[in-house]
Amino acid sequence: MVKNITTPLTDELVAGLHAGDSVLISGTIYTGRDLAHKRLVEALTAGKDLPFDLKGAVIYYVGPAPAPPGKPIGSAGPTTSYRMDPYTPLLLEKGLKGMVGKGNRGQSVLDAIKKYKAVYFAAVGGAAALISGSIKAAKVIAYDELGPEAVRELQVENFPAIVVDDIYGEDLYEKGTARYRKE
Amino acid sequence: MKEIPFETVKDTVAKLCMDANFDIGDDIIDALKHAVEIEESPTGKDILKQILENDRISHEEKVAACQDTGFAVFWVEIGSELRISGGELYDAIKQGVVKGYKEGYLRKSIVEDPLRRKNTGDNTPPIIYTDIVPGDKLKITVQPKGGGAENMSEVKMLTPADGAEGFKDFVVDRVRRSKANPCPPVIVGAAIGGTFEKCAMLAKKAQLRKVGSVHPDPFYADMEKELLERINNLGIGPQGLGGRVTALAVFVEAFPCHIATMPCAVNMCCHASRHKTAIL
Repeated sequence: MVKNITTPLTDELVAGLHAGDSVLISGTIYTGRDLAHKRLVEALTAGKDLPFDLKGAVIYYVGPAPAPPGKPIGSAGPTTSYRMDPYTPLLLEKGLKGMVGKGNRGQSVLDAIKKYKAVYFAAVGGAAALISGSIKAAKVIAYDELGPEAVRELQVENFPAIVVDDIYGEDLYEKGTARYRKE
Repeated sequence: MKEIPFETVKDTVAKLCMDANFDIGDDIIDALKHAVEIEESPTGKDILKQILENDRISHEEKVAACQDTGFAVFWVEIGSELRISGGELYDAIKQGVVKGYKEGYLRKSIVEDPLRRKNTGDNTPPIIYTDIVPGDKLKITVQPKGGGAENMSEVKMLTPADGAEGFKDFVVDRVRRSKANPCPPVIVGAAIGGTFEKCAMLAKKAQLRKVGSVHPDPFYADMEKELLERINNLGIGPQGLGGRVTALAVFVEAFPCHIATMPCAVNMCCHASRHKTAIL
């Protein structure tokens, strides 16, 4: 069964998501990868305002390709998430509720996901042309000079993702791999 | 001496960059179709179908299959009986990258310094490996290399006593530790021998082989088969969510080495293994 969810995410909504659930995300999400995370955390540490409200927000780990004529965005698949791990617990503490990326998270992030009641989704890495079809609008809202690493506000409709890590401590990567391992 | 105009090289390189990113090879597509057949995990099967659909859209609409359009890596064979007229070969390749990545709306993924990290804005510089060969042909292969899978790569200096088992365990363990990160199903480029840097280069070059091709040396052909089976028994599966198909292929390259050494390297590539060749 596929669950339709809308941003911003609430505690109640996140509590209803379990590792293995397929979801379609609609609403506003924000892009952020390596350098944007560094800057967001630097801003928080310095007590400055962030370019968007973290409360209930979803960050998509992506550096999109440039938009071809007539399209809101170029190919836009997920990048590998663990590089954002050093910055993630603080963002979760400050209200971030959802992350979309690919690949395994470190223990500090898994702990923070449980503690602050958030969710980590995987999108299909390398399905960038397919995924960009669910992105209806995109605009740079901060750090334009970072090029593909700038923070963008995206309007998405039925963006496909899978719940990997939920507030209950379940991890779909571990569960799935254990099930099919033959060693 | 044959002359090839600078502009011809530049335009050829631009086209290669675009074609490589828009057109996943038929060998990969066939391997993905086969993977859909043999994958036992329903989620895994679904992901493989999404990847095939993605690659169809990329091909038909001429958009990048993956947003990470990579570091532009070139393997160039230069015939000793040719010269480039109107400019230098390296400049022609560099300008071809600028043109191809601009006109193809490909992502600019290179920073000018690894610590200060300012984007160069045009996806240069490329990385260029050259060989001088007999004849008057210029063979240019581009291999756009994404960062996610590259990060899961490793060189390890094993010793001769570690032998074939040591090498095989290193390769399998490297894939095991990579888990979901390199966008499985992956293409594993593995190399043994040479020197520290030669081994790493061979592991990358190994990925240029066609998926489904058999190593000419039966010893390594058997090893590739064994490695693929062991890797696909890890259970990692498509996108690491569990399944039978973790790798589409394992390619092993071997090279003579020093009596004291046994360098081993694994260069990982995602399912979007891209490369295109032109001969001028």
